[in-house]
Amino acid sequence: MKVGIVYAGVGGQGVLTASSIVGKAALLSGMNVVMSEVHGMAQRGGIVVTEMKIGEAKSPLVGNGEGDIIVGFEPVEAYRVLHKAHRGSYVIVNTEPIIPTTVSLEGENYPKVEELLKSMKELNVIAIPATELARKAGNAIATNIVMLGALSRVPVFPISKDKLVEAIKATINPRYHEMNLRAFELGYEAVNL
Amino acid sequence: MRYENIILDEPGRKEFLLGNEAIVRGAIEAGVDFASTYPGTPSSEIGNVLFYVAKKAGMYFEFSTNEKVALEVSAAAAASGLRSMVFFKHVGLNVAADAFMSTAYVGTNGGMVIISADDPSMHSSQNEQDNRYYALISGMPMIEPSNAQEMKDFIKEAFEISERYKLPVLFRTTTRVNHVRGIVEYGEIKREKREGYFHKNPAKYVILPSAARRMHLELLEKLKRVEEETNTTWLNRIEGSGNEIGIITSGVAYNYVHDVVKELNLNAKILKLAFTHPFPRKLVKEFIGNVKKVIIVEELEPYLEKETRLVAQMNNMQVEIYGKLNGYFPRAYEYNPDVVKDALEKILGIKIERNSYNPTDISLPSRPPVLCPGCPHRATYYAAMMALKQLKIKDAIITTDIGCYTLGIQKPYEMADYLLCMGSSIGTAVGFSKSTKQKVIGFVGDSTFFHASIPGLIDAYHNKANLVYVILDNRTTAMTGHQPHPGLPMNGMGEPAPYVDIEKLVRGIGIDFVKTVDPYDVKETIRVFKEAIQHEGISVIISKRECALLWDARRRKQGEWWIYQINQDKCTQCGLCSDWLACAAIFKRKDEDGKVRIYINDALCDGCGVCATICPFDAIEKKVIK
Repeated sequence: MKVGIVYAGVGGQGVLTASSIVGKAALLSGMNVVMSEVHGMAQRGGIVVTEMKIGEAKSPLVGNGEGDIIVGFEPVEAYRVLHKAHRGSYVIVNTEPIIPTTVSLEGENYPKVEELLKSMKELNVIAIPATELARKAGNAIATNIVMLGALSRVPVFPISKDKLVEAIKATINPRYHEMNLRAFELGYEAVNL
Repeated sequence: MRYENIILDEPGRKEFLLGNEAIVRGAIEAGVDFASTYPGTPSSEIGNVLFYVAKKAGMYFEFSTNEKVALEVSAAAAASGLRSMVFFKHVGLNVAADAFMSTAYVGTNGGMVIISADDPSMHSSQNEQDNRYYALISGMPMIEPSNAQEMKDFIKEAFEISERYKLPVLFRTTTRVNHVRGIVEYGEIKREKREGYFHKNPAKYVILPSAARRMHLELLEKLKRVEEETNTTWLNRIEGSGNEIGIITSGVAYNYVHDVVKELNLNAKILKLAFTHPFPRKLVKEFIGNVKKVIIVEELEPYLEKETRLVAQMNNMQVEIYGKLNGYFPRAYEYNPDVVKDALEKILGIKIERNSYNPTDISLPSRPPVLCPGCPHRATYYAAMMALKQLKIKDAIITTDIGCYTLGIQKPYEMADYLLCMGSSIGTAVGFSKSTKQKVIGFVGDSTFFHASIPGLIDAYHNKANLVYVILDNRTTAMTGHQPHPGLPMNGMGEPAPYVDIEKLVRGIGIDFVKTVDPYDVKETIRVFKEAIQHEGISVIISKRECALLWDARRRKQGEWWIYQINQDKCTQCGLCSDWLACAAIFKRKDEDGKVRIYINDALCDGCGVCATICPFDAIEKKVIK
């Protein structure tokens, strides 16, 4: 078994935290896991991508076409890593954009989210309003945990819901457990497969 | 305690560790007594972990002022019989190079490991120099681990090797080993009670020319013995079988080779090297003598390849060798499974099926790294930009330095015209002030100021340079993950410590124009900038305000959370906040009614309120989140 997962989003959305939680959950499930992250410069507002392989693999990077699941915390960032996917990959997309400063400062264009989603042909696209669901749970900052709730529904994702929840509790400040578990459930329920 | 799992004495326990965390675990298992560093990506987390665990582990740890000091501190500890470890990013070794070269001659007493964290693809560095060549010019044994488990296991062996030959060992890592998480199985912790004691022996430890001449011969003699070990060590191993294809690889590249060979079911032998200097010539000779094609897979410089070609040449071997020198592998940027596949297609004349998804071409907006929402540097740059505008100065030369604030290069601030390395903003500012009539403004962070800028500032004062020097004091070493520095009342052990007052230090040099401002007070900061720019001679501005991420973390931990939102009834869409302050949380959106409006992203806003203070229409309002 080998599952490649790519997490892509914007610094500040909790991409690193979310992918570390999955890694911990894999360890709790007795599975091998290797994950690559990039630290440094500009912790918020820039692109953040982490790559993970669960199962029999040593390479910490997911090659082109090796991404069985793409977890896109932001529509454009999800689209940017699609070359890592293959036909039939699962792509979870948070439909709420974070518009980069280049749009107002350099006159660049942010495409319509519907256009991005429509262009994701031959992929299993799961589009959810994750940030809005996080607000419903109590704080937009829990977007990452909403995404994990949705991820736990993906058929090829090898880790159980229970183990994910256990890893969330082991990672997040107890003060915010209740809100995050609400966020997780909202993400879980948002997916209809 | 954070990271408490790293020091648990539970052999067989498994943890999901970052490579840098695994290094700390390995060093603790080896009974390391002493460690020092100057933080630099991708090495920084080693220090972050030690900051929390050093005291508990019964060892000494310090964040040194710069890498040279860090190396000297650890060299003395090892000379006193302790096991010491010093670590920094690849360019940090340039700073430490003077001391580094001499430690190979002088040697050590206790084990000494020097960790270089190289950054292929320059994720957060100014170059991608391959520090394996430092092992060659210094004559130091070198080890290259491939994954988190090896980080832990090999660092233990590195201490043993160092003590065996009384030589420091260069432990060469790269971003995708430092910043890879994997499952690491713990071994036993060997905690020996060592007390440092320095046995005087000037002939051994004082590198006078007369002694150095002898030391060089001794070093060459030692290296011969080390080479015998690299030929037989367990750190170098052969995997797989076959007498057609042999692949020689080291470091992170091994992982890609392993996975691709497995995926293709390729009948190939892999010589996985980790103890790579002195080069294991005998081992490589035997390996290449038993295959027809030799493929060498290593990131950056063709070190293994050149050495292998040398072995073939000296032994008159007619084997085919494929690497960078004949164009099969790239010499720049990090590798990945696809790089290995591309090369194998060419070398073996095969076609490797790849089912990569081919997305429809849609033009996507770029998203370069930016200063975080709330970053005090943004407020400082805004003030500097406004001051220059008000004074109608268009061609001021801005020298910048290494830190988050280098991002001031972006629009609309464009506060970066020249940068070389840590501390260069002051030396280059002096140079520009002496060679042009333009206004010169240098920007430097607090940690970088201590690291390598003070000699430059003394130079500026002594040589009567005409410039503005801005010290962005955000009370931490922010870019590398918030380590303390000599300007803070805390040290690497997490203990209270005496701190250096930057303003007093600058005044102590003899500079009269020194002003400290709070950048969130934008009006006053603009005023001080104008005054400093108009001042003849040196003027120093200390822009002091804690890094927003630290402030956020503290507030949020206590459950205090507020943000700012735009009141659309009051907003005239003038664009001062979105286009001139240009906070990453502020964006423009075309609404359904076709009108473009300015908004603040509630997930990114950190509640600094600088936008609210500059808004001419009081349209930006605080909103508390429960």
